[in-house]
Amino acid sequence: MKKTLFNELHKKLAGKMIEFCGWEMPVEYSGIIPEHMAVRTKAGLFDVSHMGEVLVTGKQALAYVQWLTPNDAARLAPGQVQYTALMTPESTFVDDMLVYCIGPEEYFLVVNAANVDKDFAWIAGHTKGFEVKVENQSDAYSQLALQGPLAEKILQPLTNIDLGGMKSFHWAKGQVLGKDCLVSRTGYTGEDGFEIYTMDSDPGIVWTTLIEKGTPLGLLPIGLGARDTLRLESKLMLYGNDISDKTTVLEADLKWIVKLQKGDFLGRPVVEKQLAEGLRRKLVGFELAEPGVARPHYPVYVKGQKVSEVASGTFSPLLRKAIGLVYLPIEATAAGAEFEIEIRTKRTKARVIPTPFYKRADKK
Amino acid sequence: MYPNDFRYTKEHEWIKVAGDEALVGITDFAQHQLGDIIYVELPPVGKELAVRQSISVVESVKSVSDVYAPISGQVVAVNGELAQTADLVNKDPHGKGWIVRLKIKDKKEIDGLLTAGDYEKFLEGLEH
Repeated sequence: MKKTLFNELHKKLAGKMIEFCGWEMPVEYSGIIPEHMAVRTKAGLFDVSHMGEVLVTGKQALAYVQWLTPNDAARLAPGQVQYTALMTPESTFVDDMLVYCIGPEEYFLVVNAANVDKDFAWIAGHTKGFEVKVENQSDAYSQLALQGPLAEKILQPLTNIDLGGMKSFHWAKGQVLGKDCLVSRTGYTGEDGFEIYTMDSDPGIVWTTLIEKGTPLGLLPIGLGARDTLRLESKLMLYGNDISDKTTVLEADLKWIVKLQKGDFLGRPVVEKQLAEGLRRKLVGFELAEPGVARPHYPVYVKGQKVSEVASGTFSPLLRKAIGLVYLPIEATAAGAEFEIEIRTKRTKARVIPTPFYKRADKK
Repeated sequence: MYPNDFRYTKEHEWIKVAGDEALVGITDFAQHQLGDIIYVELPPVGKELAVRQSISVVESVKSVSDVYAPISGQVVAVNGELAQTADLVNKDPHGKGWIVRLKIKDKKEIDGLLTAGDYEKFLEGLEH
């Protein structure tokens, strides 16, 4: 099992360690509910060093990124970040990812841990005809996420980057506790916060100092368990559950990352076809109308017919109810529409509700 | 940690006998494995249970797990407090977090269950 450079520090904090995508990672420290609530109300610190990083450089870096993704990377100025996808010719997902514009000939792609090898093979396999160089830097990078309303207050005294001047989905390079870092105002929780990338070989002090300075303010270390409940409340996609190479970008309700005016890109003809013909199914949010928790893969029934399985499902610590995401036939996707989920042999009533389930009030 | 007057199963249930009846719950080890418990499905009072039959379903944020009857018997009471405060099972698994009270059918079945010492040894084995 691979270990991040913070592994021993998680064990010191009594993190419950599990295997995740080949990495030994903490699933929880104090418990999913307290960790979740700390991020919503104060702050939380995550080790997300298992994420993958790919650097694209060269004269045609932009044209190449534009070809591989549906969002419009040409809109990015250096210092900006964009959520997008690596798309197949079928307009399904190789992965979802963040694109950082470092400069006109340099883009930094951040991809899911589960997909690093597959993604890099895909990326490297599509360079033909483009004057670009691609480099898998995943093993060289550590990444921490500091999330929650107090994130800026906790991080600012430790860095020479002006965080107050950094807008959402922007980044800057600088130092955090003397370590060279790239810091972006991004995250996977629906809260304000930062992601901190460093190639430093001994970055432990960043973790320990954030814990030390944050703890008196209510910061907790956060494991993968609360990472999942936080992202689901905010309807942030999880590859393998909500999106995959079997679901199209439009079916996943991610039309906002498709910019047709930008020109041609992989998968575009299928996107246009689906726009013209309409969708047969779509990913929607649901809540349970009866007690229980609907978990991934539980069978889903509309009017007695099995139509799909739960994509993501959990108990929402903030809303105190069972929520989830599911692909339903398009005629069954209106808000308020009822359907059933089989929870351990029992058909349980669920209803479609608007998403995201949670949106913070002060969104920048 | 594990009360000496209880008996235990390898599936991490406990049972506390008092006369012809017994309280059943899940152990501290089990609640810790499950994490934050949010919902406990309780059986109807009067239900007859065979050994190893599912008594209850415990849902935590991250997983779901059956609780099995350590012995056979009839449900004479359920812990109604769990409907509102399922996390009692986390906070006090061997006390206020009890799940059902059974009328014991055959006391001999109790002899086959683990003592506190047996159970602790069993847990040590799991950690290696």
